[in-house]
Amino acid sequence: MGLKQNLHTLKEKYKGTKMAPAFNALHTFLYTPNETTHSGAHVRAADDLKRTMNTVIMALVPCLIFGIFNAGYQHYAAIDNTLRLDPLGNFFTWDNFILGAWTVLPLVIVSYVVGLGVEFIFAIIKKHEVEEGYLVTGMLVPLIVPIDIPLWMLAVAVIFGVVIGKEVFGGTGMNILNPALTIRAFLFFAYPTWMSGDKVWVHGAQAMTGQPDAISGETILGTLAANNHPVYSLWDMFWGFIPGSVGETSTFLIIIGGLFLIFTKIGSWRIMLSAVIGALVMGLIFNGVVDQGWIQEGSKFYGLMSEPFWHHLIIGGLAFGIVYMATDPVTASQTNKGKWIYGFFIGFMSIMIRVFNPAYPEGVMLAILLMNVFAPTIDHYVVKGNINKRMKRAKHLKAKTA
Amino acid sequence: MSKDIKIKKGLNIKLKGEAEKTLSSAPRSRTFAIRPSDFHLITPKMVVREGGKVQAGDTIFYSKSNERLKFVSPVSGTLTKIERGAKRVITEILIEADPQDAFKDFGALSPDSSSAEAIKSRLLESGCWPFIMQRPYAVIADTEQEPKDIFISAYSTAPLANDVDFSLKGKEKELQAAVTALSKLTKGQVHVGVGKSGSSPFKGLKDISLHNVSGPHPAGNVGTQINKLSPVNKNEIVWTIAPQDLVIIGELLLTGKFNPDRIIALSGSEVNTPKYYRTRIGSEAATFLYDSGLKGENVRVISGDVLTGKKISPKGHLGYYSNTVTVIPEGDDYELFGWNKPVFNKISTSRALTFSWLTPNKKYDLDTNTNGEHRAFVVTGNYEEVFPLDMFPMQMLKACMVKDLDQMEALGMYEVAPEDFSLTEFVCVSKQPHQQIIRNGLDLMIKEIG
Repeated sequence: MGLKQNLHTLKEKYKGTKMAPAFNALHTFLYTPNETTHSGAHVRAADDLKRTMNTVIMALVPCLIFGIFNAGYQHYAAIDNTLRLDPLGNFFTWDNFILGAWTVLPLVIVSYVVGLGVEFIFAIIKKHEVEEGYLVTGMLVPLIVPIDIPLWMLAVAVIFGVVIGKEVFGGTGMNILNPALTIRAFLFFAYPTWMSGDKVWVHGAQAMTGQPDAISGETILGTLAANNHPVYSLWDMFWGFIPGSVGETSTFLIIIGGLFLIFTKIGSWRIMLSAVIGALVMGLIFNGVVDQGWIQEGSKFYGLMSEPFWHHLIIGGLAFGIVYMATDPVTASQTNKGKWIYGFFIGFMSIMIRVFNPAYPEGVMLAILLMNVFAPTIDHYVVKGNINKRMKRAKHLKAKTA
Repeated sequence: MSKDIKIKKGLNIKLKGEAEKTLSSAPRSRTFAIRPSDFHLITPKMVVREGGKVQAGDTIFYSKSNERLKFVSPVSGTLTKIERGAKRVITEILIEADPQDAFKDFGALSPDSSSAEAIKSRLLESGCWPFIMQRPYAVIADTEQEPKDIFISAYSTAPLANDVDFSLKGKEKELQAAVTALSKLTKGQVHVGVGKSGSSPFKGLKDISLHNVSGPHPAGNVGTQINKLSPVNKNEIVWTIAPQDLVIIGELLLTGKFNPDRIIALSGSEVNTPKYYRTRIGSEAATFLYDSGLKGENVRVISGDVLTGKKISPKGHLGYYSNTVTVIPEGDDYELFGWNKPVFNKISTSRALTFSWLTPNKKYDLDTNTNGEHRAFVVTGNYEEVFPLDMFPMQMLKACMVKDLDQMEALGMYEVAPEDFSLTEFVCVSKQPHQQIIRNGLDLMIKEIG
């Protein structure tokens, strides 16, 4: 009773002051507020936005933990290749965890502190409550960046992403582009050497360049884009014992997270399913092109184009993008029909960009951002269908009475 | 031309404290109140002054914009007080009841042999017209326009709602008189939706077209039935009437007396013995509340059901249109980690650590807490799950919020009433006041389009 009462007294004290949003944001983390309904429905369902966002974070936690181990594992495995012979046995080790935590957790902390800081400042300036949108964004960001990204760079990108990607549109719920991907796109275009190439995906690869014991930090997509064969087995790719952005390597855990989101009805199964279909369709088309002999070995597209179509789902960030970012309800299509179209094109475009963009062979980021922009248009036409039906009904009636 | 209506999208909110199907007479109320706010957008022009004597059926005030639209006293007595609020708007008209009722006699009128005009003027002069609502706009029906069709829902699906089959039992004669009279006021039909299983007194009436309705709430909302049977187009008008109001109209036609009896369902988890009471429009709620007894002190008394009713004080009066009074606990308390801990005692349509999907038949004891703070629209697709009308609820709400009249019209604003958005409001993760948004949107349309 004591804490609850004290906080209530404090809340009343801060009411109407500039600090109220900041205080309430912290207060509501401990207690759901004592607000009651006034008109309309006198009872309300149990869910609020915090619960919704929290569910997404729960779906991300396995990816984060895996990413921590993987950061360490990839570093040590790059130095001592024999570790790769028994990935499972050498993965969940204390050494991997220490190194991974040491490199990954600072990313998480910087992402949250900087991002929430910006959110608090805007909430105080604009005198509205701190919205929960950044809780998920803040967790996504460290999972989709290369492990060795300098922290200052991440901080700059987060500020850019939150301010330009979200707050200028009016905050959570109003933005057009997915904030996490805006942050990543900013990094990609502002610091391209850091965000692509073969040196950034394994901890230490950059620092050791030029030394006799230099290690490679190349992703599978990079290898394929260079028309080489990756050294990893399909199972490694599926379980996620491969280099990549921090949290996106384990297709297995992403599937688990995706199923959890579908089961809780927080993530849209329509988007996930149609995006998978879209990716498979594009992959099949490319496979067909190769089979027809239109693209020969030696073409710069051959490596990725000839990859069996379903492999695309387990390499690169496609699965992560589909499950956690394409389903962001604010920036996705908002109508059920629209979600099918939106999802399909995300999968479709991802693979297309992947194959045709030799500089940076991962298309899911650009595909989602592109479809974010088109989502309102898709919705417009879906809604238009309903409107036309209604107009037709009225016209039919007019014809009958006239 | 009967058509069955089967609803799939929706949600039955099962609450504790369902009214037991026994009927008691509530003690006679000492005072009665008419609240002009029950009649949306009507500005009263008083006829009786403070201290004036009235009989049941005497006009108390009429609409400032339409002199024919009269509002009458539900009881004989003395008009003791006209309460006024800001800008001298009349908030409440209080009548102290006489010990014995005296009714103004309008004379019987046979609905079979009377003309439409005679029926219409009788409904207007006797104060029965305000029972007729119209769509578009969900306001009292325009007295000058003929409706395309008339819709009556005799199927209750709202949480803890008055079971119409029970409260209308034995009223077949009055109902028949009323629907026959109404059928003369339209070239179209009088559509009545009844529960598929159940013994509705409407089954067997003539001059109506009967439809069997099944499915979860809001299948019983008249707006859902209109949308499925014959949706409202631009420049069309339909009327809707609550079944209990038909009884009052029927009795007026048969006996010439305006006798606004109500059989209300007193329900909710805070009521000691939830059951049905015979009372009258405008009665003190205390008459039946304390007859049945309340469990707690910190309660919300709602004149109406939990989704669409109005908050009244326990000392307040029954609303003009209410046939249910619900009492639930107030939820003005904090809950530790309420946003992330597993929830077993509240209803949710998601499964985000909320477990009401495990126990679909469990009855819940919900309070008035919003379970979260007001936010911008974020989540999509969850309204559609509980919204059976063929339109886009979220787009509609947004069009109303930005006052985009063209879009509101195109999306189907003529078809809806605020109550159609009560379930989307219930499930809303962003805790937006949907019904208020729709009401404001409709008011704007009345103002701008008319």
